[in-house]
Amino acid sequence: MPEPTPVTSRRGLLLGTAAGAGILLTGCTSNDPAGEPAADNRPAVADTPGKAVTIGFAGPQADHGWLNAINDNAKSRAKKYSDVTLEITEGSNDTAAQIGQIETLINKKVDVLVILPADGKALTQVGLKAMRAGIPVVNLDRIFNTPQAYRCWIGGDNYGMGLNAGHYIGGKLKDVSDAKVIELAGLDNLELTKQRTQGFDDALKNYPNIRKVARQAAEFTVESGQAKMAQLLQAQPKFDALWNHDDDQGVGALRAIEQAGRDDFLMVGGAGALAAFQAIKQDNGVLKATVLYPPTMAASAIDLARALAQAKGVSGLAEFEIPSSITLYSAVVDKTNVDQYMPTGFK
Amino acid sequence: MTQPVSPPRDSTDQAPPAGQLPSWRTKVARADIRTLSLLGVLAALIAVGGITKPDEFLDTRNLQLVLTQASVIGVVTVGMTFVIMSGGIDLSVGAIVALSSVWATTVATQEYGFAGILFTAVLVGVACGLVNGLLIAYGGMVPFIATLAMLASARGLALQITDGATQIVTIDSVLDLGERDAYVLGIPSLVLVFAVVTVIGWLVLNRTTFGRRTVAVGGNAEAARLAGIDVRRQRLYLYLLSGLCCGIAAFLLIILSGSGQNTNGNLYELDAIAAAIIGGTLLSGGRGTIVGSVLGVLIFTTITNIFALNNLQSDVQQIAKGAIIVAAVLVQRRTASTT
Repeated sequence: MPEPTPVTSRRGLLLGTAAGAGILLTGCTSNDPAGEPAADNRPAVADTPGKAVTIGFAGPQADHGWLNAINDNAKSRAKKYSDVTLEITEGSNDTAAQIGQIETLINKKVDVLVILPADGKALTQVGLKAMRAGIPVVNLDRIFNTPQAYRCWIGGDNYGMGLNAGHYIGGKLKDVSDAKVIELAGLDNLELTKQRTQGFDDALKNYPNIRKVARQAAEFTVESGQAKMAQLLQAQPKFDALWNHDDDQGVGALRAIEQAGRDDFLMVGGAGALAAFQAIKQDNGVLKATVLYPPTMAASAIDLARALAQAKGVSGLAEFEIPSSITLYSAVVDKTNVDQYMPTGFK
Repeated sequence: MTQPVSPPRDSTDQAPPAGQLPSWRTKVARADIRTLSLLGVLAALIAVGGITKPDEFLDTRNLQLVLTQASVIGVVTVGMTFVIMSGGIDLSVGAIVALSSVWATTVATQEYGFAGILFTAVLVGVACGLVNGLLIAYGGMVPFIATLAMLASARGLALQITDGATQIVTIDSVLDLGERDAYVLGIPSLVLVFAVVTVIGWLVLNRTTFGRRTVAVGGNAEAARLAGIDVRRQRLYLYLLSGLCCGIAAFLLIILSGSGQNTNGNLYELDAIAAAIIGGTLLSGGRGTIVGSVLGVLIFTTITNIFALNNLQSDVQQIAKGAIIVAAVLVQRRTASTT
């Protein structure tokens, strides 16, 4: 028995409708042009042009705002130098793919490599390979297994984020007796989340009047932030302060706070998203501050790479060489200094 | 082919052999036992929650919270139940939710306001479902592969649209639906939508020829074809239905989170499949209930809620969640087989 054929005209109609819908929808995908992203206006290392330098840049897939800002910072910084050419790879979260991309950059004989590994440990070998081939590596943020694999490491301070968030909250609650604090952590199976929590706990130990009563881990996404925060609010009818590890999930957390109609505590964020900066500036909600994990580190990495290739040091320091390791400070941004950081906020 | 085939009359079990009186009493009893055992698991969880955190757990606001959190994945699971019952699978649901939610929250779409967001979310979901359905029903692709491809493409497109940024919704009429005062008779708006989708799903599955055809295709596609069912068209409609549910879920998620992000709907496919399986849906097709799936979703959401209220960390949560899935399925097996 043959398969009954559907009425052709109906199928045609269906397909036609689908095509029409497709055309209609393509009109709606556009977003506003991002504008000058997260560009910082701080002076570069040494502004006199030197010998021409080609910098190879390999990072993970920019699947969230912070990583996107990393790419933008690197690109816009490189553009500021007339003597720098940036070879940027297609971002990849796949270790094998990223190794391939870096090997291509090595074969192209770029002068310096800036590598933000998808996974620091897994990419150590290719870092070593580049160094052995005489190409200095600036290791960005996610650190390689061994210092032999990079000439200079520059990255954020996860422990410091927690520490500074804890001290900020401690300062704000110093007159509150028996203060309660809760923590909305990021993805729990990442080392950095453990470090942030450790820093936060260590800071709170300095304030005997403060007790951390609850901690839940979200997943750095708006959706998980909303879900976990809604439960935390239900679990804790009264508390004085909240530290949220990540401003992206903070969008969801703030939504849950709004939905629960709560405003009886102060909230500190993390990372430094534009939306968080704007909320801090408006100062009409619970979010009073955020601790930075600055994506401008990619701009600094370009500076360092250029200085390496041109055999320069860091201006302002006495040494002839750039340092082998730079841990960035996780500054607390609140109403008093938010204007200064606004241009570095990422979407 | 000598055996005459009659389409199954009840979604909960195979059709009785022809010539024999349908023992509907036994069937109803068996379905009830399954549902009852699920209700038992849920009751046990509620008891645990009530004992460990009486004030926070046994609270109207917490009930509203649990149901609200269940709504998004619940709507997806209703669509998934249909697909699995037909012997298929839809791995792309999470990615479709992500794509719908970001497409519906771009600056351009938001210019069209509430209607624009709703329309786009639903249409993108349906369009993705249509592609899935055409590939599977008329392209002859295995559902696992076709929807896996959709998963990859839809996630990629979602990332391309957002560039990784979080798209915040600025339309007040959309945001208001997620506020605490957006209740109808004490029921949050999201829960209301979830309830309506569930009821419609139940009616379609149990009271329409569409539902019977779905069960027939899942039970034995060849027999269904010989019985005169257009199996291909039925499959196409089923993936369209799943896509539609994803579109609705995406709209609910936009209301709930006030934003669209390409990471939305992470691992929804596994959550929806797990809820359907716990609910008694046969992964090979032919059997399943909407009520069971919805209970499966509620069990998962309640577990998460109890863990969060007791401040258990994610490592413990994951271990316990796995154990509870196994326990729930074993309890069901046992109670179902002893009758």
